[in-house]
Order: sequence, then C-alpha cells, then structure tokens
Amino acid sequence: MQSITTLISKNDLVFAFLLVGLIMWLSYTLARKVLDNKIPGAAIAIAIGLGLAYLGGDEGLASIPLFSGMALLGGSMMRDFAIVATAMGADFKEIKKAGLAGGLALLIGISVAFFMGGILGYVMGYTDPKSFATIGAGACTYIVGPVTGSAIGAGSDVIAISIAAGVIKSIVATIATPIFAKQMELDNPHSAMVFGGLIGTTSGVAAGLAATDPKLVPYGALTATFYTGLGVLLCPSIFYFIVSFLLS
Amino acid sequence: MKIYGVALLAGCYIVGKILGEWLGDFLQIDGNVGGVGFAMALLIGINSLGFSRRNLDTESKDGVLFWSAMYIPIVVAMSATQNVKAALTGGWVAVLVGVGCTLLCFALVPVLSRIHPKEIE
Repeated sequence: MQSITTLISKNDLVFAFLLVGLIMWLSYTLARKVLDNKIPGAAIAIAIGLGLAYLGGDEGLASIPLFSGMALLGGSMMRDFAIVATAMGADFKEIKKAGLAGGLALLIGISVAFFMGGILGYVMGYTDPKSFATIGAGACTYIVGPVTGSAIGAGSDVIAISIAAGVIKSIVATIATPIFAKQMELDNPHSAMVFGGLIGTTSGVAAGLAATDPKLVPYGALTATFYTGLGVLLCPSIFYFIVSFLLS
Repeated sequence: MKIYGVALLAGCYIVGKILGEWLGDFLQIDGNVGGVGFAMALLIGINSLGFSRRNLDTESKDGVLFWSAMYIPIVVAMSATQNVKAALTGGWVAVLVGVGCTLLCFALVPVLSRIHPKEIE
C-alpha cells in the first residue's frame, strides 16, 4: 500500500488525469441516464470538484499529498493555456460587433458588483470605507478582492470575506448560468460577450457558458479576461476614493 | 503535425502574457492585465486573417483543439483545488454578496445585449 501511494505521488499529474477522467465519466453518465440532461454534465463535474475540495484544506483536494497533481492540472498556467485554445473557434466579425456592448458591460458589471457588494456588507455591519471597498471588490472576483484589500490596508478577516464572496460568485455563475440561460437570452456570441463582461469571474463565466453551450465559451471568456484587470485598476483607486468621500 | 498547432498556441500565449505584463507595469499594477485576452485576440486574428488557411492544416488545428477540449476537465481540477472550506466559513456576508451580486448582473445581461453597434450609428 505504501509503495502504491509513493508511486502515485511521484506521478501525480498522470493520476490527476485519471481522477478527472473518472469524475467526467461519472458526471456525464449521471446527467444522461439519471437527470435526463436537465443539468449539464459539465456543471455536475464542476460541482463534484468543489465538493471534493471541501475534503481538503487551503488548496482544496490538492492539500492531500496523494492528490497534489490536481493543483498542476487545475493551476493557472494550464487554465489560461486551455482558455486561449478555446479562441480557435471564435469568429472575428462577431467580436467586432459586440465591441461597444462588451466594453459597456465590463464597466457596468464592475460598478454594480462593487457598489452592490459594498452596500450588502454595509447592511451586515461592515460600515467603514475600507471594509466597504474590500467586500465590494470581492463581489467582482476573488482576485480583485484581496488585491484591493491589501492595497488600501483592510483587515485580514475582511479580506477573507472578500475572497469567499468571489468564490461563491464563481460557483453561482457556474451552476445558475445554464438554469437562467433562456431568461438571459444567452444563445448567441453577442450576448455571451455581454455576459462575460457583466459577470467577469473567468472560471465561473467559462464554466457556466460551457454548461450552457460550449460554442459560447470563447466569446464570454474574451471579455471576462479584461474584467479582473479593470477591476484591480478601478476598485482601489477611483471607487475607493468615491466610497471614502461618501462615508466620511 | 499536431505540434505546430500547439506551438502556435504557445506562441500566442507567451506573447499575450508579455503584453499583459507590460500593461500591468505601465498601470503600476502588480499583475498580468488582460494577458489571456491579448493571447486569445492574437489567435483569433491569426485564424481569421486566412493566414492560417495556408499554413495551418487540419492536423495542426487538431493540436489546438485538443487543448480546447481539455478546458472543462481542467476547470474541474481547478474547482477541486479551491479553498471551499474558507468560502463556507466566511459567513453569511460572503454568501449574500456572492449570490446577490451575481443574480443582479444576470438580470442586466438581456438589457445590455440589446445594444448593437447598428443602433448607435
């Protein structure tokens, strides 16, 4: 037994391929045979992934040495590389058409998330400008939150909340996107780009769109990749300035 | 050869990331600003300009499409390595903010989707 675990630890990435393959097979079988394709297989697979992450620690399942390969396979390098690859099927003409709406969606999406998130935090008792801005930034993505929090000197408890809010946003986007796809009229490249700009959390957008219609992934991901950059730019500067002016 | 496609993808990725790094430096943000977006735009540009039709045969494209198809499995692995425990112990504020803001932005999707360049002109 000891020798097998040592062998797996040495070949952790290959073991991760096997494990993810099994999760995918289980999820797609479940979706097709039990759920009659009402919930997409991709969404089930991602939900199982999040469930497994609960068994681990800071790095989810990868905190357990046996599953360290999951951190390699699901790391930012592989993720970004695969996102870029999805652009292969995209059409340049469609992107040009969504240019203005996509840009507007980015600005509105970041503003709405920031101020709405900050107000909800305010109502729940986080009333100082630093907490307002950090929690609001966390409502953008789980990267914008901690970057903003440490830039303006917020407490670590508030930063933890901002990360959690961002992760929950990503989970909600993943699971709820296919459910509300019809109401959002999410059935063409144009609305997918608007969607990507409004929601912004790259993993949630891409996973949610993949579960809705894989062809829409590159369009949503394209605008979403600018969201975190723009959020990191706006939240600790102009937005924090507005908040501290209004709250003092 | 499939490796040609993978190499093209890697080239776009590296150039995009470098541009993102430069933009980050320029804006004085510690991070990569839009690097993935630049890389995607580059790949779409090369693919749409007809340049690739001459130089990129079907098999080379398969090299890119393989990684495109690996996207969901990679997202599953990424989900499995998130700090879900911390997200759940972050308390109700995090849940309320995460769920509330996402659903509000969902509601704005059909509104903003109506903006087409033709109507502006």
